[in-house]
Amino acid sequence: MENSDSLKITTEFTSGLQILFGHVKKHNVVLPKMEKPWTLGLLLFWIKDNLLIEKDKCDLFMKGNTVRPGIIVAVNDQDWELLGNLNYQIKNNDNITFISTLHGG
Amino acid sequence: MPVLCSAKCGQNAVLKRPKTGDTLCKECFFWAFELEIHSTIINGKLFKKGNVVAIAASGGKDSTVLAQVLKTLNERYNYELKLVLLSIDEGITGYRDDSLKTVLENKDEYQMPLKILSYEQLYGWSMDKIVTEVGHKNNCTFCGVFRRQALDRGAMLLNVDCIATGHNADDIAETVLMNILRGDVARLQRCVNIITITEGAIPRCKPLKYTYEKEIVMYAYFKKLNYFSTECVYAPNAYRGYARTFLKDLERLKPSSIMDIIHSGETMCIKENIKMPEKGICTKCGFVSSRDICKACMLLEGLNRGLPKLGIGKSSKANKTLAALPNPRFLNF
Repeated sequence: MENSDSLKITTEFTSGLQILFGHVKKHNVVLPKMEKPWTLGLLLFWIKDNLLIEKDKCDLFMKGNTVRPGIIVAVNDQDWELLGNLNYQIKNNDNITFISTLHGG
Repeated sequence: MPVLCSAKCGQNAVLKRPKTGDTLCKECFFWAFELEIHSTIINGKLFKKGNVVAIAASGGKDSTVLAQVLKTLNERYNYELKLVLLSIDEGITGYRDDSLKTVLENKDEYQMPLKILSYEQLYGWSMDKIVTEVGHKNNCTFCGVFRRQALDRGAMLLNVDCIATGHNADDIAETVLMNILRGDVARLQRCVNIITITEGAIPRCKPLKYTYEKEIVMYAYFKKLNYFSTECVYAPNAYRGYARTFLKDLERLKPSSIMDIIHSGETMCIKENIKMPEKGICTKCGFVSSRDICKACMLLEGLNRGLPKLGIGKSSKANKTLAALPNPRFLNF
C-alpha cells in the first residue's frame, strides 16, 4: 500500500455535500500509484467510484467530467480556478475541499 | 507557480473573483468584498444614520455573511445603525430547529439582540402540520407567503426602520429568470429593486444584491464563519431548482451572466398599457395586499376549513369556492 509513488491526501466535503458521502466530511485518502500523474480531473472519477455512497445522486456532485456547477473546489485553501481546474496535478499531502453553494440561504 | 494577488500586495492569490476575473489574496479579497457592499449601501442609500435594522437571519450562508459584514461596516464607516437579528421559525423538524441554533450562536458572536417568531404562534400552524394537510406539492407556497408576512410582523414588533435580507446576485438573477418564464411583469419589476417600499409595510433592502454567491461562500470559508447548510427537508421547489441549474450552467460559460441578467431586469420597462396589480389592504388582517383578502389569509382560511388547496392558484377561483360553501363568511378571524 505505502508505495513511494502513491499519494496521501485529504478530501473534505462541506456545506451539505457530505450527505453524499455518508455524512463524513473529512476523508484521509491514499491514491494508488499510476502511470500518468494524478490530476483533479482523475480524482473526481476516483471519488465517484471509491468515496461516493449515494451513487444514484452522483449528479449532485458531478456533471460530465467535472463538478456540478455551483460546487467550489479549493486545494490547500486556494481556489482551483487559479490552479488550472481539472488539470491541476495533485501533490502529496494536498487538502482538497469541495464546497457546495447549492443550498438554501 | 503561485499566482500573485492582482492588487500587487505581494501575497499569493487565493481565489479568482467571478465578477471581475481578478486574482486576490485573502486580505485583499476581504477588503474588496466588504468595500463593494459598502458602496452598494451608500449608492443605494439603504440606511440612514440612527436606523434600527433587522437582519433577516436564517442561519444560512447569506444571512450569516450579511450579519458579519454589516457589523464590520457599521463599525468601520460609522453608520450608527442598531442591528438586530430577526428569525422566523417555520416549524420544520430537522431543518429550522437546527439552523436556529446557528442563529443563536450568531447572536452571541455578534452581540446583537435576537427575535424569533414562529408560524405556530403567528398562524397556529407549523410547516410540519401544514405538510401533513397539504402534502409535499404546494407546501413551498405556504412557507413563502407566510414567511414574508411573518418578517413584516416581526419587524413591526421590534419597531425597526428597515429589514435587510441576504438575497445575493445569484438569487436575484434567478428570480428575474423565473419571473420572465412565468410572465409575471409586476414581480419582474419589483424583484430587481434594491429597496422595496410598500405603503403600510416596513421597507426591505438587499445589501448583497450585487454579491456573487461564490464570493459569499468563499468569504464565509476563509473567515471560518459558522453557517448552516442543510437543504430544507420539504424543499424541492422544482421550478426554482431548474432556474438555478440553468443559471449555474450559464455562469460557468460566462461568469458575467449573473450581472447581465440583473442588468436586464433593471433596464426592462413595462409598456404603459399593461395593467398592474393595485395595492390595497387586506380586509381581514389589515396587511398590504393586492386583493380584498391577502394570500396569507386565504391560505390560512383554507387550512382552518380543511380545504388546504383553497389559496393555491388563482384568487378568483378561491373566491368562487368560498362563495359556494354553505357558510361563505370567514369564520376564523
